[in-house]
Amino acid sequence: MLGRLSLAAIPLNQPIPLITGLVVILSILAVLGLITVKGWWPYLWREWITSVDHKRIGVMYLTLGLVMLVRGYADAIMMRTQQAIAVGDAQGYLPPEHYDQIFSAHGTIMIFFVAMPLVIGLMNFVVPLQLGVRDVAFPTLNSVSFWLTATGALLVNLSLVIGVFSRASWWGYPPLSELAFSPDVGVDYYLWSLQISGIGTLFTGINFVTTILKLRCPGMTYMRMPVFCWTALASCMLIVAAFPVLTATFVMLLLDRYLGMHFFTNDAGGNQMMYVNLFWAWGHPEVYILILPAFGVFSEVAATFSGKGLFSYRTMVWATLGICVLSFMVWLHHFFTMGAGADVNAFFGIMSSIIAVPTGAKVFNWLFTLFRGRIVFTTPVLYLIGFMVTFVIGGLTGVLLAVPPVDFVLHNSAFLVAHFHNVIIGGVVFGMLAGYNYWFPKAFGFTLDDRWGKASFWCWLIGFYLAFLPLYQLGLMGMTRRLEHIPDPSWQPLLLVAEAGAVIIFLAVLCQIAQLYVSIRTREARRDLTGDPWNGRTLEWATSSPPPAYNFAVLPRVETIDAFWEMKRRGVKPAIEPSYEPIEMPRNSPVGFVTAFFAFFIGFSLIWHIWWLVLVGLLAVAVTILVFGWSENREREIPANEIARTERARLALGRPA
Amino acid sequence: MTVATLDFVPTELARGRGGGGPAPTRIVVAYGFWIFLLSDFVLFSGLFAAYAVLSGNTAGGPTGAELFNLRSVFIETMCLLFSSYTCGLGALSAERRQPGRFLVFNALTLLLGAAFLIIESTEFAGMVSKGAGPSRSAFLSGFFTLVGTHGVHVTSGLIFLVYMMAQVVAKGLRAHVLHRLLCFSLFWHALDIIWVGVFTLVYLMGAR
Repeated sequence: MLGRLSLAAIPLNQPIPLITGLVVILSILAVLGLITVKGWWPYLWREWITSVDHKRIGVMYLTLGLVMLVRGYADAIMMRTQQAIAVGDAQGYLPPEHYDQIFSAHGTIMIFFVAMPLVIGLMNFVVPLQLGVRDVAFPTLNSVSFWLTATGALLVNLSLVIGVFSRASWWGYPPLSELAFSPDVGVDYYLWSLQISGIGTLFTGINFVTTILKLRCPGMTYMRMPVFCWTALASCMLIVAAFPVLTATFVMLLLDRYLGMHFFTNDAGGNQMMYVNLFWAWGHPEVYILILPAFGVFSEVAATFSGKGLFSYRTMVWATLGICVLSFMVWLHHFFTMGAGADVNAFFGIMSSIIAVPTGAKVFNWLFTLFRGRIVFTTPVLYLIGFMVTFVIGGLTGVLLAVPPVDFVLHNSAFLVAHFHNVIIGGVVFGMLAGYNYWFPKAFGFTLDDRWGKASFWCWLIGFYLAFLPLYQLGLMGMTRRLEHIPDPSWQPLLLVAEAGAVIIFLAVLCQIAQLYVSIRTREARRDLTGDPWNGRTLEWATSSPPPAYNFAVLPRVETIDAFWEMKRRGVKPAIEPSYEPIEMPRNSPVGFVTAFFAFFIGFSLIWHIWWLVLVGLLAVAVTILVFGWSENREREIPANEIARTERARLALGRPA
Repeated sequence: MTVATLDFVPTELARGRGGGGPAPTRIVVAYGFWIFLLSDFVLFSGLFAAYAVLSGNTAGGPTGAELFNLRSVFIETMCLLFSSYTCGLGALSAERRQPGRFLVFNALTLLLGAAFLIIESTEFAGMVSKGAGPSRSAFLSGFFTLVGTHGVHVTSGLIFLVYMMAQVVAKGLRAHVLHRLLCFSLFWHALDIIWVGVFTLVYLMGAR
């Protein structure tokens, strides 16, 4: 009846996950109770859960990413603390069993449930606005994407209290991840949560490639698109081309585990290195799926806050597309030590160095954009400058690792850990936080507090350097990654420095929360009434903050790049049109939520081998799809007089007193 | 998304730089589905690669040459290829708003697709009964997964087809039904392309 599931799955004998789990469950219950007591359910259901508005979905993605960032950070500080104290005779406070789950969960969560939701959330919110249109190509599918991602995140967190998580790291390399060596549910939690959220991500990729290529406002030719849209396009093309490889790879591993097949087993002709190759054929493009939109954010920030157009827009576009192609030709550098031979390693080493060229071109473009600009030192600009310095260091250590002989020495060392945190924190996280500060007023209608924002930035920057520069040195001293116990006491001082860095990053998170709190408290004083708080250049600033559901009452007509800047330069003022046309907008739909609800049960019952529930879930999803596929009345019309009323109200606000 | 009023910019449209404003729904739906199919091809490419790597790893078990019956595979292939032909005729009838002919042609598509699946499952059942199931060797794991995934696609295609025929009967050939039919046709033809790869790589090269 319940498959492998029994009371033994609850870790009653392990205080750390048990207490954490209880605290999490109690806080979730408290939030749900508050919502019920306040009677917010109808509002939440109507305005958020069933919403297919790209702006709402974007905000929900960002919320998911930020919440999971806290979870991922909790894993990080636990590992740092263990490594700082478990030296020599001391064994630290985490048993190896648990430590292995923590590093696996940390990587999985940070990549799939922090970085991806943050990137996809920003794309959701910004891209249709920048393109001057009213929604994405497939709004309901967009809601399905979000809820499937949330389901994956829920499953990963559930492993904390029911069963265990994978101990096979965030890659799940076989043979360790095979049934013979990981017989419990950990790897299944890992695989099913990523399969479910991976489908959501693939749908996002399809949706945004279609949106960007087929839905742009009149006059917006390719070479007039904002750079963020270009990077979003590149990122989504990579999603479409890379995520199915991950899905196929995980399908094979699942078949090994569930049906006794032999793709990656030790016996009967299985080939483990094939998993590693396939995984990184997805994994390296994934790196660029994450970083390209961050490059896009920085391009927008650099241009806006230096008050001039982006330096060499065309090189920026071609560099983005170049990276997009090259990212598929470097995957083998993740395992030079496989023994593919000198020729193969040389090829991939050279390709990995070449990919630094378009990236370098971008750095110069940002520098020249700032050069002689009237720079306004807001929080996003601090992130931009911090990024340029930090990311270049991370890039250079990457080029170092791209040299096969060097890689043979540094493979799987703390040096590598330092390198990829250097590019992911210094690149993706800084980029997403810059974007968060930059577009927050557009989403909520008031700006974020700059002082707390800057405090958070400095804590991030200093905390990052303290936490990861020591790891470069430790790697050179011979420390490998994922050590649960430190055998060499001479490494301890540097590990303590790294621990201090992690604590400072915690302060950064606290400042971030304080910034949000203070900004909400003082929101009346910091309202953005014009819709253009930063003197922006692109179309999202041409509408009000927050934008109406339909974004633009009349689709803008674009004649140049930086369309809004050009409008302002020519003195075109937003004005009431003599008449408005009614607008058709997609209706709200529970399809996304319902599909994800059943997908959760499918995933959970597959993990625990509860076969009847798998069938029930699959049937329910099939029925949901069939019912939705039959419907036709998917759009509602906003009448012209309502639009006229909304537009009059918003323009009255923006008029200087 | 549909946009009610748009004044198009014919010159820019003609130059293909995409300055003409949002595309009509039909284009958007078909284009999105195309991108989905591309992603499906990428999924298959992973399975093809795995099969190519593992095809020699028979672990002392039977090889392709011992297992494959090219005659039944040929009949199977012809069923699928002809089903694409009838699917195409069905699509033309839908374009001409002839629901009766549409249903007749696609009933044929359905029959041919079902015949393909029956031949395939007979082949699978025969192999399993000979002790050559998917867990016998890495080669057979790769074989069953690649060919089986294609079979799962054909099965979902048939469900899709029955569902679309029901929509045609219930609602007639209205605009949104035609959009979905376009997606079905794209899907069905894409399965042919995959099958050509399977036929060549798995059966023709494996039966030697």
